[in-house]
Amino acid sequence: MTAPIAAAAARGYGRNYLPFAYPALAITAMVIVFPWLFTLFMSAHEWKIGSPREFVGFANYVKLAGDPRFLESIGHTLWFTLLSVVLPIAFGTGAALVFNERFPLRGFCRAVFILPMMATPVAVALVWKMMFHPQLGVLNYILTSVGLPPSLWHTSIDTVIPTLVMVEVWHWTPLVMLIVLGGLAAAPTEPYESARLDGANAWQMFRYITLPLIMPFVVLAVVIRTIDALKAFDTIFVISEGGPGTASETINIYLYLQAFAFYNIGYASAIVVVFFVLIIVLAMVLLWLRQKSKWS
Amino acid sequence: MNAPARTSELSWLARRVASKLAFGFAVFVIVSPAILVMLWMLSLSLKNEVDNMAYPPVFIPSPPTLANFEAVFENSNLMRYLVNSLLVTGGATLVAILVGVPAGYGIAKASAHRTAICILIARITPALSYLIPLYMMFQMLGLTGSLWPIFITHLVITIPIFVYVMIGFFESLPPDLEEAALIDGCTLWQAFRHVALPLARPGIVVAMILSIIFSWNNFVFGAVLGGRQTRTLPAAVYNMLTFEQVAWGPLAAAALLVTAPVLVLTLFIQKEIVGGLTAGGVKGG
Repeated sequence: MTAPIAAAAARGYGRNYLPFAYPALAITAMVIVFPWLFTLFMSAHEWKIGSPREFVGFANYVKLAGDPRFLESIGHTLWFTLLSVVLPIAFGTGAALVFNERFPLRGFCRAVFILPMMATPVAVALVWKMMFHPQLGVLNYILTSVGLPPSLWHTSIDTVIPTLVMVEVWHWTPLVMLIVLGGLAAAPTEPYESARLDGANAWQMFRYITLPLIMPFVVLAVVIRTIDALKAFDTIFVISEGGPGTASETINIYLYLQAFAFYNIGYASAIVVVFFVLIIVLAMVLLWLRQKSKWS
Repeated sequence: MNAPARTSELSWLARRVASKLAFGFAVFVIVSPAILVMLWMLSLSLKNEVDNMAYPPVFIPSPPTLANFEAVFENSNLMRYLVNSLLVTGGATLVAILVGVPAGYGIAKASAHRTAICILIARITPALSYLIPLYMMFQMLGLTGSLWPIFITHLVITIPIFVYVMIGFFESLPPDLEEAALIDGCTLWQAFRHVALPLARPGIVVAMILSIIFSWNNFVFGAVLGGRQTRTLPAAVYNMLTFEQVAWGPLAAAALLVTAPVLVLTLFIQKEIVGGLTAGGVKGG
């Protein structure tokens, strides 16, 4: 390497490029960092919109620890999240295996399959809500016409969370499919050829070759799905509004109600802080598991 | 000798046909939930109220009617909300291009993944958590009642999408051309502006599509920060629900109007969308 090239390369690498990112960082900081500091500040106050604020220290957090409605919402959130991670992962991986094959109209079928995740959530949630209608909904008609008992869907305490999970699964299985499909596309073909020569059957090839190869992608999908399911808002808000009663009230919904229905800004801010800690802890645990699975 | 060979050939053929049929059936099962919900939305929007409330349900509108769409345009401020949505989505995407493309370039070149994580935090944080402080701030600044608060919060959706798609894109570009430009005495900015940027057009298009779709679809920012005049379309459609709980036809028509542009876009340029989504695993907040 001659001297001018080396100089140019030195000039063109590393920190010199960072100023390109400054405007984006500045805006992100303005819209993210400032609200964070302000949230911490608000959470230390008894503060209702329209009334003067009063400093209360950690009182909001203490109150949260003894708020049965909040504790219940944590349970709802975790149950909803567990189902909304496991089911899309299973279905999405299956769909990715199908879409990894070559068949006519594959591109079009794949486009149709990802429509749910691109569609406006509020719009499709409205359609689901009409389909769930216990008396006039098309889903109960289908259930009864194949001889199954009708369901109360989102209008019963027992079925509301599974009903919401169903919509969430419909919505986000395509994202899992795309992530796993990316993994399958990058997988080498040689192991399959030698396994076939050795007489392995389809299940053995999936279990011992495909699954280990796509595992990092499945785990990535689990991380993304967990974060998104914890944050789920639109579908729950439109279909059940946290009801009946508080049966499907997740942390996010409770937080919304405290802030924008009851205007308890201070208390809602304390919920935000606890919620964020929960998300970060779960994300870190999953990322740690991912790191581990990579090394093994 | 001949007969057994033929039967085995036949059974092989039968097995092949059976496995093809099974595979076709699997594809059908996989895509049908998506199709059926969309078709039901279309069916609801094209039927009159009597048919929509009929039990057993009427599946195919006969005759189809456009009355629901007319009702939506007559009874609501839909054009106004459409303009709001276009302004917010367009503005937030435009700003994201201006700051997100250089940021993706800088981060990719400097391999500054720590910087990238800062921007990723926007993806992890629940939207509601920054909505409360921003809501208070906009109130203090007296900005409520205008589109500015909604536009500013939508930047949280569009900028991370741009940064992530562009990082992936610039990392895959060979660095030779820019290096040649630098040797010829270009500044870093000139190398970016005149060499890397023109090559990045496909990446920018992908990021733009994703950013437009996820900003367009966002509900909660418009619902909380928007007033009667400043709602975005998804918030306006939700509002119709609370007032017209029984009128399924217009509701379905409004839902279809909001989401149809996105669905059509997805069907037409699915290859780019799939590429962009798998590149970053991104999705709007």
